[in-house]
Amino acid sequence: MSPATTGHHPTEAQALLPPKYIDGDPSLQQIAEDIARPLEAQPGRSWWICFALAFTALLNLGGMVTYLVAKGIGVWGLNNSVGWAFDITNFVFWVGIGHAGTLISAILLLFRQTWRTSINRSAEAMTIFAVICAGLFPAIHLGRPWDAFFIFPYPNQRGPLWPNFRSPLVWDVFAISTYFTVSLVFWYLGMVPDMATLRDRAKNRFQETVYRWLSLGWNGSYRTWARYEVVSVVIAGLAAPLVVSVHSIVSMDFATSVIPGWHATIFPLYFVAGAIYSGFGMVLTLLIITRQTMHLERYITAQHLDKMAKVTMFTGMIVSYAYATEFFTAWYRGDVYEKYHFINRAIGPYAFCFYLMVLCNVLTPQVLWFKKVRRNVAALFIASILVNVGMWFERFVIIVVSLHRTFLPSAWGMFYPTRIDIGILVGSFGLFFTCFLLFIRFLPMIAIWEIKGASHFERAAQKATHA
Amino acid sequence: MPKNLLIATFSDPDRLIRAVRNIRRKHIRIYDVYTPYPVHDLDEAMGIRRSRLPWVTLMMGVSALVLTLLSEFYTAVFDWPLNVGGKPDNSTLAFIPISFELTVLVGALATVAALFLRAELYPGKRSGGTVKDATNDTFVLIIRRRDASFDASKARLLLEHCGAESIEEKVAEL
Repeated sequence: MSPATTGHHPTEAQALLPPKYIDGDPSLQQIAEDIARPLEAQPGRSWWICFALAFTALLNLGGMVTYLVAKGIGVWGLNNSVGWAFDITNFVFWVGIGHAGTLISAILLLFRQTWRTSINRSAEAMTIFAVICAGLFPAIHLGRPWDAFFIFPYPNQRGPLWPNFRSPLVWDVFAISTYFTVSLVFWYLGMVPDMATLRDRAKNRFQETVYRWLSLGWNGSYRTWARYEVVSVVIAGLAAPLVVSVHSIVSMDFATSVIPGWHATIFPLYFVAGAIYSGFGMVLTLLIITRQTMHLERYITAQHLDKMAKVTMFTGMIVSYAYATEFFTAWYRGDVYEKYHFINRAIGPYAFCFYLMVLCNVLTPQVLWFKKVRRNVAALFIASILVNVGMWFERFVIIVVSLHRTFLPSAWGMFYPTRIDIGILVGSFGLFFTCFLLFIRFLPMIAIWEIKGASHFERAAQKATHA
Repeated sequence: MPKNLLIATFSDPDRLIRAVRNIRRKHIRIYDVYTPYPVHDLDEAMGIRRSRLPWVTLMMGVSALVLTLLSEFYTAVFDWPLNVGGKPDNSTLAFIPISFELTVLVGALATVAALFLRAELYPGKRSGGTVKDATNDTFVLIIRRRDASFDASKARLLLEHCGAESIEEKVAEL
């Protein structure tokens, strides 16, 4: 039973009360007050500590990337056997993180899941920052990153020589750019009415001017609202297939090759499920931090955490099933290289990565069966971190373990990360968290207008049940 | 151009909807309603017809799809055929992912651009300030007085009856 059902009159109708996703019954004015508070006040000490850490890591990223570009990718631990390692692992990891944001903002909107209201704005922000981090890696893993623009099909003086449109690596560029642009537009569109609210609350001229430019002259006209709602659903409808297509295309970077461990038709589904799983892990991590530090427990309730934990558990089990299927296929299809790859995965030199991945992605989600765990913020926080650790290692296992022992034993090798490898990984977290911390400081991290609408809806539903 | 307006404010969306229905029943045209969030029954109460913006999505999306497929075909078959692993020059299936992505991209951008054009939203636009609280917690109904035959007192009475918090007549820019 939700807390809302433990009301005053223990009648039968009350057992059927709709769930409440906002604690208490805040007025419209109160909602705007609560959500705008972090923007209008000075940030607390915890924010500054987090920001200092994140920004230091970001500076580290800047330094390391500069060094990388100056020296070439030999400063990474790559070699002839393992040509892709941390770079592409990080890329797939960050793109995956983004998927939960789009699932929450687009697919749950189309399915009319009202609980998404409190979390969609920050989840979308997470998507955008994660895709920025992801986009960094393919660019810097090129030998000559300054020629990265060659990938775009524009009439050029080299022929014109066009990109090979049959290559999944080219599809990737289009998929990620589209994903980033559509997510950004959807995120901004959702913020326009809130910018108007902030503009009309602005205490000084500077704020007023900034929010006026961002709010595009929004005044709450219902004729505009009506169009706005239609457009929101259309964009959600366009973004929904992106949830499925982007990571499918990423998975084809691997699946269309003939490397044992990569050449599998299960990859698109497996990657999409893994993406949503890791993304929900990251949403949980971020929302637990922000709700505790920004005091937004009223809007990001235990019920939200509970629902996200359930999605994490569900997708975690799809991922586990995919792991099992991979092993089954390797045994059943009788290909000696494929079979060796999976034996090597389980008992080879990188076996600890594999067991870490199983521990985090197969066993961890199982604790979420228990409501006690789903309602325990600390336990959920630890689980969400483990999910992300596990998913990073999953990509490492897929990429590095597949490459380091392929067909010819004479071509086998090992990959050992260098300081630059690790520094850039840490730095990408710095970039991500710097962006996120600036976001919760300067933009409304919960959609004010959507919460107002949801509170109206909840009140109407309560009234209807009581009547 | 400043307009002659009758501005009524409400603190409750249900009263606003009731007022909108009553006003329209008396054949008085509503200029617009301003709300802090989209109140769903208002579509039907105000008699707003369904937006045609999704057509923009369809047209632009389909154009992007066709153009992308054509240009992939042109570059890969006519302009500079590349033999990659013996795959056919016209690998239509392999051309689908990029066409799909560009369909989504162009469809989405065009729809948002069309919304901004239609609703006249652009950076730096001033919102007037006549209905400032509508972005916070007030529901505002505005009737525009176009000619002398408009009976303001009748409308005023009706709005009061429906529970308007305040009613004022104003010449203002919206």
